[in-house]
Amino acid sequence: MSSSTPAQPLVRPAASPRMLWAALAVVGALLLLAYLVAFDQGAVSRSGMYLHELMHDGRHLLGVPCH
Amino acid sequence: MSLNTTSAPPTFVTVLLRGLLAGLVAGLLAGTFAYVVGEPRIEAAIAIEEAATHAAPAVGHDHHQDELVSREGQRGGLFLATGLFGAAMGGLLATAYALLRRRLRTADDGRSGLLLAGGALLGAVIVPFLKYPPNPPAVGDPDTINQRTGTYLLMVVLGLVAVWAGSLGHRSIRRGAPPWLRAGAAGGGFLLVAVVSHLVLPSFEEVPDDFPATLLWNFRLASLGTQVVLWAATGLLFTALMSRGRRPALDRDAGRLPAPGRSAFDAGTPARP
Repeated sequence: MSSSTPAQPLVRPAASPRMLWAALAVVGALLLLAYLVAFDQGAVSRSGMYLHELMHDGRHLLGVPCH
Repeated sequence: MSLNTTSAPPTFVTVLLRGLLAGLVAGLLAGTFAYVVGEPRIEAAIAIEEAATHAAPAVGHDHHQDELVSREGQRGGLFLATGLFGAAMGGLLATAYALLRRRLRTADDGRSGLLLAGGALLGAVIVPFLKYPPNPPAVGDPDTINQRTGTYLLMVVLGLVAVWAGSLGHRSIRRGAPPWLRAGAAGGGFLLVAVVSHLVLPSFEEVPDDFPATLLWNFRLASLGTQVVLWAATGLLFTALMSRGRRPALDRDAGRLPAPGRSAFDAGTPARP
């Protein structure tokens, strides 16, 4: 990023703090979703073992330790 | 001919939605792969598990017996699992892209999306796969599931750290250095972390002696393939969605580039052949 500046600059303005908070919240929500699929046994989903059992094959084939 | 680019970069919400969509579609593709290639292995493993349980009913630990969800339900639930998981991974990829693309120093953003997806595949899938290869039903001691889950997650994190170490190695060599030197530094940084993690973390040997080796291998290959499809498709679809509107537009109807001398805005009215 030193010499010639292109018309469309490659370097964009730094991420704002607001954007960082939003990103953090999104990451938290998405990790929760991944947890629900990969590890939850009813504690989060409040569905007993139903969702856990329903997604049993997916868990095995996504490489997650299951039982 | 002018290369039309959108004036403002897409907002975080736009990037995130594209990532979620790419991940969801990729998850359904991975589910299709898993259904065709993986399900027969799971059925075979469950048949072995049930034969063992019937032979020694006292050992019946297993939650397949509860029939909370039928086998048909579990086969369909496969798509729910891969779809939701894919959407989550696509969203994480999009967030990483939004936060990191300035730092990746690639010539164009399309390459950074693919680079991030490749890094995730290597760090979060291939490294953990080599240390803790996935097991079909009937393999694995229920008493150690908590340790195995914990060490597996740790290995995912360490795999991503290894990829990061590789990128640090790449950057530690000056830009004008020969490519082999930069590639070697990247590989060295990655391998250092990956190999040390592999050696330090505990191993679990829980495959029953009489479990068919070919079935185990085929199951593990199917599982790896599912995850490769997931990440490859997420990366490609996300990159494709991100490049929309920033390239000379393809003629939507005919799928060809606009004729020379025509701007992308004219592409909607097809050129006379």
